[in-house]
Amino acid sequence: MAHELGPPVVVLREVTKCFGNLTVLSGISFTVRRGETVCIIGPSGSGKSTLLRCIDGLAPVTAGSITVAGREVNDPKLDHRALRRDVGIVFQQYNLFPHRTALDNIMMAPVHVLRQDRAQVEKRARELLAKVRLTDKAGAYPGELSGGQQQRVAIARALAMNPKVMLFDEVTAALDPETKKEVLVTVQELAAEGMTCILVTHEMGFARRVADHVYFTDGGVIVEDGPPAQVLEAPREPRTRDFLDKVL
Amino acid sequence: MLQPVRPLAAIRAPLARPVLPLATAFVLIASLAWAQAETRPAAESAVAAVLRWAPLIFGGFLFNVLVSVLSMALGTALGFPLGLLLMARARIPHATGWALTQFFRNAPWLVLLFYVMFLLPFELHIGGLTIPLPSWAKAVLGLSLPVAANVAELVRGALQSIPEPQWSAARGLAFGPLQTIRLVILPQAIRRMLPPWMNLYAILTMATTLISIVGIQDGLTITRAAIASDARPELMLPLYLFLLLLFFVYCYPIARATLVLEQRLQVRG
Repeated sequence: MAHELGPPVVVLREVTKCFGNLTVLSGISFTVRRGETVCIIGPSGSGKSTLLRCIDGLAPVTAGSITVAGREVNDPKLDHRALRRDVGIVFQQYNLFPHRTALDNIMMAPVHVLRQDRAQVEKRARELLAKVRLTDKAGAYPGELSGGQQQRVAIARALAMNPKVMLFDEVTAALDPETKKEVLVTVQELAAEGMTCILVTHEMGFARRVADHVYFTDGGVIVEDGPPAQVLEAPREPRTRDFLDKVL
Repeated sequence: MLQPVRPLAAIRAPLARPVLPLATAFVLIASLAWAQAETRPAAESAVAAVLRWAPLIFGGFLFNVLVSVLSMALGTALGFPLGLLLMARARIPHATGWALTQFFRNAPWLVLLFYVMFLLPFELHIGGLTIPLPSWAKAVLGLSLPVAANVAELVRGALQSIPEPQWSAARGLAFGPLQTIRLVILPQAIRRMLPPWMNLYAILTMATTLISIVGIQDGLTITRAAIASDARPELMLPLYLFLLLLFFVYCYPIARATLVLEQRLQVRG
């Protein structure tokens, strides 16, 4: 994607994450600049989701440093809530709040965390619903929505906080092919508007279209990275080639 | 054409509903007839005697209901924070909550009642203030302790039954821990808590007759006094049955509502 890239928003330096004796990430480093869309691909269990959770401070890192919008995530004095105001995260299983309507799901955080004016929040929430093409679903409960619709509400919910970076954790993995597309279109539009996005995905065609940069991870390390055309179509590393042969 | 087979439960259900109250009413009538037969010719009829005592016994029963409502309210108010303590990750709050819950859940209700009745003074002096502690207030406190421990377990179980991703999603939206509990977890957990909480209330209501042992004038005390004052042992059965029926009529709808709620929650998943 050919848009101007701004200053670094997310910087990882030698990030290591262990669960007990199990090393999930060992020395991951990369930089994501403002407006950039980055895709992380790789086999299941290679620590991709953990990486996103670390960036949002949902999982503490064992060693190394992560800075998000100038804030050190691995600082014991970190204000987690301030960090999470800057980071929007969307999960594979949507994780909407089932006892609240779609509109309420979007409004809750701005009203209760940012303490913004309810009327203004509602206006913006309806705009976001229109943006994800769910204008008529404002009053629907998550249980009444399809997977793709729920996921788009989840994206709108994260956007309502005006984050500086959006993290997408295999957001289409639980969806069937038709609903997958509507979610991918939403993400693609966001990326095109200049939102900084980090995506963990198994959709290679999608990565090829939207990513500015692709990272292939395996066994907790970055095996190969580069522009999508190079990594996905002319991989240099045999491990990347193996993986792409299996999934394509 | 084939007739759809009615499931056994559907056939039994409409029958089962009136059976219990009918049976109880039948036993009451039978015992009245038996008491009537035992009555010496000159004495007042058994039916008249039961009717004479009924308003007093009913008044006593209403006191049982009052005590049950107050104990449940206090027990729930104490049990909620106790349940949150059980969820605490820090060791000392968790251990405190655990010890209190285990102690009050595994002690006989009557023994707890005795302890509270006899350990607490009849009035409290706080500064210059004297607060009287009537025995009914002590009884409410005594019954609320095991209720609180049971509510704490209900709260913990319901909170833990909410899947972890709900916590992650709330944290990801920058909710604080208490905001997460108040806005996301509790509203979902309370639905799941309601049926066992109502069940606990029905059990508590029946357990309120324990207060008659520590000398409080409840429905059971009055019934016993009625039997003793008339010196007519044949009235024992109908009078006790009348009291039983009062409790049954009050508690049975609660049990039914609990079942209906449980089924509705199961359907919703």
